[in-house]
Amino acid sequence: MFCQECGKKPATLHFTKIVNGEKTEFHICESCAREKGEFIPGTPNSFSIHHLLSGLLDFEPTAPSGMAKPQEGLRCENCGLTYTQFGKLGRFGCSSCYTYFSDRLDPIFKRVHGNVVHVGKVPKRAGGRIRYKREVEKLKHKLKSLVEREEFEEAAKVRDQIRDLERKLAGDHADG
Amino acid sequence: MSLDRFMDDALSEWMKGEGADADIVISSRIRIARNLRSIPFPMFATDEQSKEVMSQCYSVVSRGALDKVGKFSFIPLSELDDLSKRVLVEKHLISPNLADESRNGALILSENEAISIMVNEEDHLRIQCLFPGFQIREALELADQIDDIFEENLDYAFDEKRGYLTSCPTNVGTGIRASVMLHLPALVLSQQINRILSAVNQVGLTVRGLYGEGSEAIGNLFQVSNQITLGQSEEEIVDNLYSVARQIIEHERTARRRLLEESRARITDRVLRSYGILRHAYIIDSKEAAQRLSDVRLGIDLNIIKNVSTKVLNELLVMTQPAFLQRYARQKLSPEQRDLYRAEMIRQRLAPSEGAGQQP
Repeated sequence: MFCQECGKKPATLHFTKIVNGEKTEFHICESCAREKGEFIPGTPNSFSIHHLLSGLLDFEPTAPSGMAKPQEGLRCENCGLTYTQFGKLGRFGCSSCYTYFSDRLDPIFKRVHGNVVHVGKVPKRAGGRIRYKREVEKLKHKLKSLVEREEFEEAAKVRDQIRDLERKLAGDHADG
Repeated sequence: MSLDRFMDDALSEWMKGEGADADIVISSRIRIARNLRSIPFPMFATDEQSKEVMSQCYSVVSRGALDKVGKFSFIPLSELDDLSKRVLVEKHLISPNLADESRNGALILSENEAISIMVNEEDHLRIQCLFPGFQIREALELADQIDDIFEENLDYAFDEKRGYLTSCPTNVGTGIRASVMLHLPALVLSQQINRILSAVNQVGLTVRGLYGEGSEAIGNLFQVSNQITLGQSEEEIVDNLYSVARQIIEHERTARRRLLEESRARITDRVLRSYGILRHAYIIDSKEAAQRLSDVRLGIDLNIIKNVSTKVLNELLVMTQPAFLQRYARQKLSPEQRDLYRAEMIRQRLAPSEGAGQQP
């Protein structure tokens, strides 16, 4: 895509301006952006992670050429953000965006974090099950290193803890 | 008014404490991003919705839920003038983004300023804990405790697969940014810094200047932080940062030893020259001040300068910033005037006080 201002250079900055509910899309090159500096949030010469990121998000790995771009119709039913807007802004609109865009997020997270699944803290409210599962994973890890170091007495204790938790997990399952 | 204290003291109470490896690590920080499930992220929330976020957070504070951690003030940004906001930015208590762009933004600040919680920044909540020296694990423990308190009182946006949901995909998962501020003059002088920093970038960490993203590394201060928030646990993230920072610290120590062994006269000259300039300059710009202060700090660590405390330097680091100078001068200052006030303030702070070290 070429810059809509000069028509000569490739457009590298894409953004949507909303004034009184009226949306205008801009696709311009860096030098025109600098000239029109006043229009652009966060001044174009300060290249931040978000600019970089929106470059990453525009990337559409699976769409074969010639096919209509599938993401165009995709939109979060909760806040109304379209996938295209998300790609340009580099930000989600609300927590439901993660659900509506979920099929497309793996390659993005893979690029940014090298991973796609959370393994850290879990809120207590999210239910005991996930917490127990995480705890079991952690303890199994510990057990392995204890066995490697031949600290069998400690390892036996950890093994018992794992059993207890697994019993609890199984119990929960039977209840619900 | 109680707010004035936050503005007038350059050195937050927490910075007066001692931390491990304080000769190289200025401070350790944990920031946790959290959002409420049912309200769009701040950038997309309506005025009413962001007010709702503010009032939910306010009620957590007013209910006294945070009392077991400390005493907190709830400060809506709308109550602050521009200069006060800049001062809070210079003290690292709020981000430039909260100061300039937030709607219905607020700051929840602990009395010793070690805990600052931003409301309606890029995410609904940004919990930040600061410790002096190398205490990144301690900072994580405290931030985690505060997060638990908010979690009991608010309905967080959490997804079993993706973890804590955030406005920016770079924060999703743990929502944690762990960082340490390092003073690395010997690595810079011996031209090893670029090699080390590029190695740091290869292990999932990133390096920035004193004032965060995009800021230049002035005064040989480097902020090292994690980049990955998804697919690693909080402990892994912090352990990784800890062990990498540990190695950088050892490299800096070795470089300092070598400087003393191989060029003691030159380094002594450099340190004392800078000390002399700071003691007597009548006009000084912020860049030169930062560089000279770095030399003096190194001089203290190498035992070349004995009658100045690092605490004064930490203080000057903040006090010589533009907004703080204007607050001190009680008037708006042109850049030229600032350079005059900056020099004056440094001269005053570094003047040998008569009874220094001999007080009863």
